[in-house]
Amino acid sequence: MTTAVKAQLGIAALMFAASPWVINAAPHEATMGLVYKIYFYHMPSAWMFMLGAIVAGVASARFLFSKRQASDATAVAAAELAVVFGLLALVTGPLWARKAWGVWWVWDARLTSSLMLFLIFVAYLLLRQFGGPGSEKLSAGLALFGMANVPFIYVSVNYWRTLHPKTSVVPTLPVAMGIPLWFCVTAFLLLFLALLSLRATLEKHRTRIDTLYLSHDEA
Amino acid sequence: MRYLRLLFIVTLLSVPAVAAAQQTPSPDEFVPISEIPAEERIPAINLVAAAYAFVWVALFGYVWSLGSRLGKAEADLARLERKDH
Repeated sequence: MTTAVKAQLGIAALMFAASPWVINAAPHEATMGLVYKIYFYHMPSAWMFMLGAIVAGVASARFLFSKRQASDATAVAAAELAVVFGLLALVTGPLWARKAWGVWWVWDARLTSSLMLFLIFVAYLLLRQFGGPGSEKLSAGLALFGMANVPFIYVSVNYWRTLHPKTSVVPTLPVAMGIPLWFCVTAFLLLFLALLSLRATLEKHRTRIDTLYLSHDEA
Repeated sequence: MRYLRLLFIVTLLSVPAVAAAQQTPSPDEFVPISEIPAEERIPAINLVAAAYAFVWVALFGYVWSLGSRLGKAEADLARLERKDH
């Protein structure tokens, strides 16, 4: 583990530990009251979910064109993180919706396309796990499809009728709500970067182990 | 056999209809929260606590799982490289 990764993990851990106090200091929202505070973990999770999908897509494109194993390792790492953070967003969202909307789930464009993106990256990981030789190229294609879904998810709330808040909410937040939000976004981003680096290292180790096993078998 | 198959399909298709018939009808207009039955109300603190607890447990679990997978891979790699030399 490099010093930079250790520093990212340490700072992220401290920020996560401090986040309940920072969030508690934010005022209650006028119509939703206390339950809107799920937003401070839900939104950064959703952003890291989409960031994971973008990183996996870009790294997969690089892998398909250059055949660099490092790009493939980054793509696998980002895909796994997309699933982890996607799960967080898809669980915290309904918990908030139950109180704010009166239902756990609605099949609107934002929620449905987010679920689709999550399932695409679950399929990516299953393909890597059970797809056998050549699955890295198939899964790279799948990651490109996943990445193409991200802009659609982001703008879906502005074009289709939905109960979900629009993208204009973040820029118009009052400072007292904006500070805890950006604090949490920074904590999630640092954790994302540290985990991306560690997971990519694990993938490189696995590739090296496979190569060594093959060379031992041939000898 | 053919009748059994037909019966199976009819049963399968009737499940959503029966389920829909058993559901309480949705209100046609806005219902203030104070008029919602008590058993349908969930205190906000329970939902907030569940959301935060889930995020913490899931992230901790993932970091722990990644650490243990990485440790195992490093040990395997060191063993194989020793064998190689």
